[in-house]
Amino acid sequence: MKTKWKISPYLYILPALLLLVAFRLVPIVMSFIISFFDWSLQGTGKFIGMANYGTMIKDPVFWQSMGNTFWLVIIQVPASIVFSLLFAVLLNQIKMFKSLFRIVYFMPFVTSLVAVSIVWKLIFNEQTGLANTFLGYVGISPQAWLSESRGIFYLMFLDIGIELPKFLHGPSQALFAIIIMTVWKGLGYNTIIYLAGLQNISKVYYEAAEIDGASKFKQFWKITVPLISPTTFYVLIMTTIVSFQTFAQIYLMTDKGGPLNTTKLIVYYIYEKGFDVLEMGYASAVALALFLLILGLTILQRNLEKHVNY
Amino acid sequence: MNTLRSSLTYLILIIFGLTMIVPFIWMISTALMTQAEFNKQETLFIPKEEFHVWDNGTTEERILLVMEKGDKSIIHVLDKDGNIEEEYKEVPSEQVKHIRKKPSLHFANFIKAFNKVPFATYFGNTLYVSFMSLIGVLITSVLAAYAFGRMEFVGKDFFFYLFLSMMMVPEPIYLISSYVLLDKINWLDTYQALIIPWCVNIFTIFLFRQHFKSLPKELFDAAAIDGCSTFGMLWRIIIPLSKPVIATASIFSLIGSWNSFMWPLVMTNRPELRVLQVGLSYFNQEASTQTTLLMAASTFSIVPILILFFFAQKQIIASYAKAGLKD
Repeated sequence: MKTKWKISPYLYILPALLLLVAFRLVPIVMSFIISFFDWSLQGTGKFIGMANYGTMIKDPVFWQSMGNTFWLVIIQVPASIVFSLLFAVLLNQIKMFKSLFRIVYFMPFVTSLVAVSIVWKLIFNEQTGLANTFLGYVGISPQAWLSESRGIFYLMFLDIGIELPKFLHGPSQALFAIIIMTVWKGLGYNTIIYLAGLQNISKVYYEAAEIDGASKFKQFWKITVPLISPTTFYVLIMTTIVSFQTFAQIYLMTDKGGPLNTTKLIVYYIYEKGFDVLEMGYASAVALALFLLILGLTILQRNLEKHVNY
Repeated sequence: MNTLRSSLTYLILIIFGLTMIVPFIWMISTALMTQAEFNKQETLFIPKEEFHVWDNGTTEERILLVMEKGDKSIIHVLDKDGNIEEEYKEVPSEQVKHIRKKPSLHFANFIKAFNKVPFATYFGNTLYVSFMSLIGVLITSVLAAYAFGRMEFVGKDFFFYLFLSMMMVPEPIYLISSYVLLDKINWLDTYQALIIPWCVNIFTIFLFRQHFKSLPKELFDAAAIDGCSTFGMLWRIIIPLSKPVIATASIFSLIGSWNSFMWPLVMTNRPELRVLQVGLSYFNQEASTQTTLLMAASTFSIVPILILFFFAQKQIIASYAKAGLKD
């Protein structure tokens, strides 16, 4: 009886462990190894040491993809946090139609990225898309969106007659269109997480603030924002990690990360190097760089969390 | 003041709610238009059927109005099939009538899109892959979570952190090497490439473990006195008490595999192995100018998940919220 008890735990974790070792651990380790090879599917490849990493550091498209990815993260993550917190706070105040709004906000999140990418590609069509029609209603001229490689800040300021210097141009309008779509897609999830977080804040704080005569706005800043900060950190980590992995939108909505590589994100670049031009060694090196980046950010965010949490 | 604030709240929620839902409405309404109606861009959403007739006193004939010059109009007379029968006829303008009828709904687009590429096969593949990996995930997760949640063994912490750290590595990182691996074991372009690697889900293991741990110890003590085996406890006590969390995990797993795209795109090539998302993406390339068909295909590809969502929206939303907070 006693020995059976000792063996059985391992038997219970064995199926999961075997699959994880075979299809996670081995590929992760292989990814590291392949990155030191000149590897295309023919044969086993040639060991070239750090050469892939050397190429990577000098590869302008790699840096452009990294830059694009940073723009996506830097705009999408805060936008998603601000809007979803706003929705959640508003939703938390109403009684009627609450679940209807929740369904509506959550719908984009459960639908497939492929289908909604196709829809948004057509929304951003220059001639027949919904985006330009709506812009037309408010008197803004049609935009090229997904085929516009010039920066979004540059274009905005150009409209009011200011020509921004190059380093302030921002992400291309094409990438901005992708960002809009990506925010739209993920908003519902973050809203639901915030809504759950808000329900954990005790009403006592608000009642006390009410007696002290604090305005709703002040209550939001002084009570809600600090007390919801653990949720904000969760949302921040999750949204950042997910947006670093953006792929389907680029594959479906753009012409191979164009125009002029301005929508080429890092995961798309990995895919392109790995499966279009079959430079799998190089693609693995890029994947490893992305991994280190995500790992670093996760560690940084978790450390920050300790300081900011209440 | 309070009513003002509450109406403002509703106003903002409605405006943003519309932003969330308009892409779907546009998708469906475009799917119901003819390509000509869409290209004309006269209306944003489903157009009304509009045409001109020539009422010459005895009969009404469908016509195309070419131009109107004062009291004379130049028309093309159409036959029953809508082809031009008589060109450039001059008739009095008062005999030309503009008719607006019911919205024109072209449900035929759905059938056309569905038959254009083998969507039935794609649906079948997706269902097969989704359910097979669901079964796999449930079996491996229940077993592993049982060990992690209710047993003590040497190396438990080690395995726990090993699993946890593997969960931190996102899919794109090991995509290339997985391809190389599956190529080496000759699994590329097979169903098992789509199923077996996804028969384990670390998140589900942790979700189950959390729940199994929370079950009262007394139940297990009593069962042990009755001579219940280790596996018997899992089968007779844990599983019956875990139906809600199993349902939650199943929903996550189904939505996840229904929508998964990058992996099947890379690992399969044969058209008969395409899952729905991959098939849809190929259709997006082939039919890029046929907007209405693309929208029809997008619509029916999301309908099954939306039905699942609408029927279980409360549980689904609550599950996502709970799972998120637990992390």
